[in-house]
Amino acid sequence: MLLKEGEIRIPSGCAISGFISRDGHKLNGSDVVKSISYMHDRSNGLGGGFAGYGIYPEYKDLYAFHVFYNSNTAREQTERFLDRHFDVVNLSRIPTKKIPAIINEPLIWRYFVNPLPTKIASSQLDEKEFVAQCVIRINNDIDGAYVFSSGKNMGVFKAVGFPEDVGEFYRLEEYEGYAWTAHGRYPTNTPGWWGGAHPFSLLDYTIVHNGEISSYDANRRFIEMFGYKCTLLTDTEVITYIFDYLNRKQNLSLEDIASVIAAPFWSEIDAMEKTDPEKAAKLKYFRNALSSLLITGPFSIILGYTGGLMALNDRLKLRSMVVAEKGDMVYIASEECAIRAICPDVDNIRSPRGGEPVIVNLSEEGKRKCL
Amino acid sequence: MATKINATGMHYKDLNHLVSSAKDKDIIIENALGHRYIGSSAADKNIEIHGIPGNALGAYLNDCRINVFANAQDATGDTMNSGEIIIHGNCGDAAGYGMRDGKILIKGSAGYRAGIHMKEYQSHIPMIVIGEKVGDFLGEYQAGGRIIVLGIGHEDECPVGSFCGTGMHGGAIYIRTEHAPKGLPVQVKCTDASPEDIEAIRPDVEEFAASFGYNADELLKSHFFKLVPNTANPYKQLYVNN
Repeated sequence: MLLKEGEIRIPSGCAISGFISRDGHKLNGSDVVKSISYMHDRSNGLGGGFAGYGIYPEYKDLYAFHVFYNSNTAREQTERFLDRHFDVVNLSRIPTKKIPAIINEPLIWRYFVNPLPTKIASSQLDEKEFVAQCVIRINNDIDGAYVFSSGKNMGVFKAVGFPEDVGEFYRLEEYEGYAWTAHGRYPTNTPGWWGGAHPFSLLDYTIVHNGEISSYDANRRFIEMFGYKCTLLTDTEVITYIFDYLNRKQNLSLEDIASVIAAPFWSEIDAMEKTDPEKAAKLKYFRNALSSLLITGPFSIILGYTGGLMALNDRLKLRSMVVAEKGDMVYIASEECAIRAICPDVDNIRSPRGGEPVIVNLSEEGKRKCL
Repeated sequence: MATKINATGMHYKDLNHLVSSAKDKDIIIENALGHRYIGSSAADKNIEIHGIPGNALGAYLNDCRINVFANAQDATGDTMNSGEIIIHGNCGDAAGYGMRDGKILIKGSAGYRAGIHMKEYQSHIPMIVIGEKVGDFLGEYQAGGRIIVLGIGHEDECPVGSFCGTGMHGGAIYIRTEHAPKGLPVQVKCTDASPEDIEAIRPDVEEFAASFGYNADELLKSHFFKLVPNTANPYKQLYVNN
């Protein structure tokens, strides 16, 4: 039995990296593995993972489920559930490479699925909500089954190990996508287990996170009122659900979400009242109405979504993060070296301010190619 | 003779061992890329770094001179004891974290929390000069030493971020600007720098100017603000009535 967040403490930072080709060029997964490997010492071997966008063009209209199973019983039970709710177009084990650095792997399966229209109709939900609820149900109700990736034309790959080994294990050099993110884990509070590695995802939202959320329980209690279940024993999961709730369900823009989760200080809002009263009023509204979604404590995160990436630091900027550009490419990483490792002559290196979101979307050309 | 080290593919431990065990005083490191703690275990060396050094460059530094011909990452000069770190680019967060003596000269900008908890004791007075801008929390918990921000190229705005001097209780911050930082804590006093203050920082600015090709006299002609702890309004009753 795994102990929950708060019941265990492992006395032991993290590394994040990501990039996107705005014009939708295909980028090989080996680049993101190389980038994160230059921050090896920010991780301790207890978790590494990646998210790739645009990697399944041949199945781009189907939801791609990546699932960990502790046993074949869990797999059979899950597959029965999937058969009842989805048209399973393709299923297979995710190809991996046996390497000494990655051990004790669960069963790792991939399903390309279409939700059954009759089931959606009878649930009276929209398609995405139906899929999200199915994912939450599997993760919560089926013992030993974890859907760790559930978006269209994207996928999460994660494991216990150093990120460069995890990349080799999942043979990421065989995938190409327009955007990638990566994480190297150094867990400080919670167990290092396969489900606890980053990225955390729901539908096409993925989060990689360096930091520690002091407000986890307040955030969790709020978000669980809306049907989410925090089952993965670590704090980052809740950030993913906050984005899903505010962006997909409440239609808040990513900029607005940044001012909810990394809200400006009251002193800054007070100062703004003279210069920009409209903005001050909006920020005040967010702080009051969504105070339980303020994320406190140190964080730097990269959110991946269909068509873009967003980077954000906590408002006090207690974690490092740099952003750089080269042509149509935008790079984000905890350290400059991780960017220079794959693009030595990168331009416009800068560190965004605490709470300042950096949002990068595909260009029109990129959208035509990839979406 | 100088010892040349190609750091490509090398772990930082091996690189730092080569640096500290080198017989030559002069060491040139090429292709640095995220190697941590460079110079931390060395003494009395003259180290030239090409490429991006990793975090905690020159941590606990003793009597070394380090020149970086690129940007530096976070926690440069962490707890350094003496010596000099000269960065011909920008510098990440927490530069000079808890530094005890020595100098850090940064040609470009520095990130958040530059000079956090710098301290001084008797003749050991550390110093940081930042050429351009600096992020929030400059001199957070500063207990000693001098921080000088020159704001070169940013003359139209205040070159320091928000929350400057939070928790400051020693040392001094000098800012070359016409725009005083806003929202300073009540425990910090901001005044126009006097001619004596300018003379006090002249050697520091001259060294900065000589390192990066500026004219110190020109820089020192500008207006400076000086920030020091406000002894008339010390920290008391912040948490309890005592």
